[in-house]
Amino acid sequence: MTESLRLTINGAVAEVEADPDAPLLYALRNDLRLKGTRFGCGSGQCGACFVLVDGHPAPSCDTPLWSAAGKAITTVEGLGAGGELHPLQEAFLEEQAAQCGYCTSGVLISAAALLRKNPRPTEKEVRAALDRNLCRCGSHNRMVRAVLRAATAIAT
Amino acid sequence: MNTIADHRLKRPGSLEKNPRLSQWLRVHAEGTVSVFSGKVEIGQGILTALAQIAAEELGIRSERIRMVSANTADSPDEGVTSGSLSIQDSGSALRSACAHARALLLGRAGQRLGVSVEDLRVEDGTIHAGSRCTSFWECAEDGLFDCDVDASIDPKSPHEYRAVGRRAPRLDLPDKIAGRPRFLQDMVLPEMLFGRTVRPPHSFAKLSALDEGKARAMPGVTIVRDGSFVGVLAEREEAAIAAQRTLRQAAVWEKLSSLPQDIHAWLKDHAVEHRVISEKVDAGTKTRAAHSLEASYTKPYLSHASIGPSCAIAQFEGDKLVVWSHSQGIFNLRRDLAMALGMREDAIVVRHAEGSGCYGHNGADDVALDACLLARSAGGRPVQVQWMRDDEFAWAPCGPAMSFTLRAVLDAAGNILDWQHELWSNGHSSRPGRSDSPSLTAAWHLAKPFGRPAAINMPLPAGAADRNAIPLYDFPNQRVVNHYVRDMPVRTSALRSLGAYANVFAIESFMDELAAAAGVDPIAFRLRHLKDPRGRAVLERAAQRAGWAAWKPAEGRGHGIGFAKYKNLGAYCAVVAEVEVDQEVRVRRLVVAVDVGLVVNPDGVVNQIEGGAIQSTSWTTKEQVRLDSHGIASLGWEDYPILKFSEVPSIEVELIDRPELPAVGAGEAAQGPTGAAITNAVTHALGVRVRDLPLRPERVIAAIERQ
Repeated sequence: MTESLRLTINGAVAEVEADPDAPLLYALRNDLRLKGTRFGCGSGQCGACFVLVDGHPAPSCDTPLWSAAGKAITTVEGLGAGGELHPLQEAFLEEQAAQCGYCTSGVLISAAALLRKNPRPTEKEVRAALDRNLCRCGSHNRMVRAVLRAATAIAT
Repeated sequence: MNTIADHRLKRPGSLEKNPRLSQWLRVHAEGTVSVFSGKVEIGQGILTALAQIAAEELGIRSERIRMVSANTADSPDEGVTSGSLSIQDSGSALRSACAHARALLLGRAGQRLGVSVEDLRVEDGTIHAGSRCTSFWECAEDGLFDCDVDASIDPKSPHEYRAVGRRAPRLDLPDKIAGRPRFLQDMVLPEMLFGRTVRPPHSFAKLSALDEGKARAMPGVTIVRDGSFVGVLAEREEAAIAAQRTLRQAAVWEKLSSLPQDIHAWLKDHAVEHRVISEKVDAGTKTRAAHSLEASYTKPYLSHASIGPSCAIAQFEGDKLVVWSHSQGIFNLRRDLAMALGMREDAIVVRHAEGSGCYGHNGADDVALDACLLARSAGGRPVQVQWMRDDEFAWAPCGPAMSFTLRAVLDAAGNILDWQHELWSNGHSSRPGRSDSPSLTAAWHLAKPFGRPAAINMPLPAGAADRNAIPLYDFPNQRVVNHYVRDMPVRTSALRSLGAYANVFAIESFMDELAAAAGVDPIAFRLRHLKDPRGRAVLERAAQRAGWAAWKPAEGRGHGIGFAKYKNLGAYCAVVAEVEVDQEVRVRRLVVAVDVGLVVNPDGVVNQIEGGAIQSTSWTTKEQVRLDSHGIASLGWEDYPILKFSEVPSIEVELIDRPELPAVGAGEAAQGPTGAAITNAVTHALGVRVRDLPLRPERVIAAIERQ
């Protein structure tokens, strides 16, 4: 039932021995030890497991491995370049934009996709872009401020 | 008012039960200090604030502090991390312990250098006497802290504070924002197996039949059964999940009797204890009675709805058991695990590890027993179990449904002469550690099952169902009754602020109804009945910041006020809400004024208040556990929607810092006042009152139709 699958994760090729119908999430977390992508609901409704698939945010809990093969996957660990944090992550630290931090990775993924498409979003556009990510602690406004701060930092 | 000086007479906070100094801190030769708090990080930033307090009293940079995650082997037993008590219990204990430790270190340094303590100069742990020097790290030999904390040693005066009172970045956020493994869900132990439990979405009497055939054929899967407890072990996580799903389909469960149709009416008919918790009589006012009012309110069951479902790891090492848990009460959990597993408590170590945001008694403790039961069949290998989303919605305890009836009498001038408040509710705590039977789901399903303990209420003044039921206002006649319902159609336990959220919603809604009857502005009406100066201050500050007096009426828009002193013991909080109402309620702006006494970490307090206000906005406008005839029917986010980014209001927080007063917690202060303020704002916008939470469109329409 298991097969050898080639995945491109954060710019590097990784081989995973798994059931091709299994969700990408578990290959990331357990085979590749990329624990920043987290299980929340298993049905793509909360955003905790979001990764970028060819630049678009997608729930890795609901993405079978076979469909991820051959595509460029970016996880929260791959957002920054050369061991540095992504400007979004710097801005999240500046704004102390988290409480428990469980939803944070998925929010960063959605925000990174937004800024690639729309480098200077309005507050309303940021909120709309993050609407597929749930946060229970109530850190929303801090996260929105952090995304706007990162947009400014990238532009200047 | 109590001042800090009053609190010096006995050992403060958790020192009362944990007086040994060596339990609280260890100084290391390499220039660091390990601090052992029994309180745990649940996403509220408590360890950051406690590190600030320890660094302040020791007079060292906070980078030198290592906060040790609580565990039952090394940490002081500080009970449960709940009730917004950590700053009071652990913070005040650490303050005294560190003051004593510093005095001991300086005494030892004085001996070594042959000078009196007054002649020592200390900077970040380095101790100078003239040209000679030593350090905390050299003076902290074994045994120096083997004594009880001497609480007569004065801690620093708040005027000398350099770290406390300043914004301190959270210690845990760099990992969490970088996506590094930090949560218990991320822990990997050598040879670890993955486990899942197999339960139906509703309570059940027993497992009647289970065809294991299909699941047995799945490679690498082991099925574990003990009576009606069923679980699976697998080498791969996705295999454990697949086996769980297969077994669920194959299982036949004997259902329990059906649930009541109208839970709020049912509660009023099933109380078994009726306790008058406050009574004031001033018969002389009776002749002035001019006008009376009565109103009934309800609050539904609420779900914790953490984003990450509960998780635990358990491993047997011979006859010893180690458990990693994000429980709020690791010692209590150990007690109930020992009972359920038939083990001695001292054969079990429970280690706290961070989990997803915790707002009360969720599935953390239950999943720990699940992991232990599966670990018994794992041949000494560690087992990690994470509940699935529907496990969490179906099996974690809910915040209780509540019913209220309030009555009041006004005089001709619009003053309240008589106030009556009755509430009906299940208990608000079924936490482990408090009953003769384990309060852990799996224990009720074993071949030799334990009974399910009923939820109870902790006594006043903090209270539980009756938390904040006694109004802070000054009324000449008053009667408050707590009707306790023992039977639990739905398992209930502690959820952020317990009964305070709904008691404050009921009190503050009714205050607005009375203000309207008296023809008085709602804030003026409250101030008329409130003597407490700190209470008046938060009301006035919130009104001023919100521009209450300059409100411009507009179609479909309204503003409202809500106020409480949490538990009538803790933080003062007033909220002004501004809303727009058409088909649905949209909360646009919240202005929150809060007084927590001494502020340890201003940004930490603001973060907790913002988070509490947003969560309360979500409860108030959207949330309700849905029931069908057999149990909980809201098993996913589509059935249990919470506030989304685009629906979150702007929030402004005004902190009233009172460095001369004891610090109290901030985590639950905003829950009640926010819900009340939103409800009052909706009434102001519509001219119609909604008395049943949540304020969903169908409720708003029903209220309009009733008028």
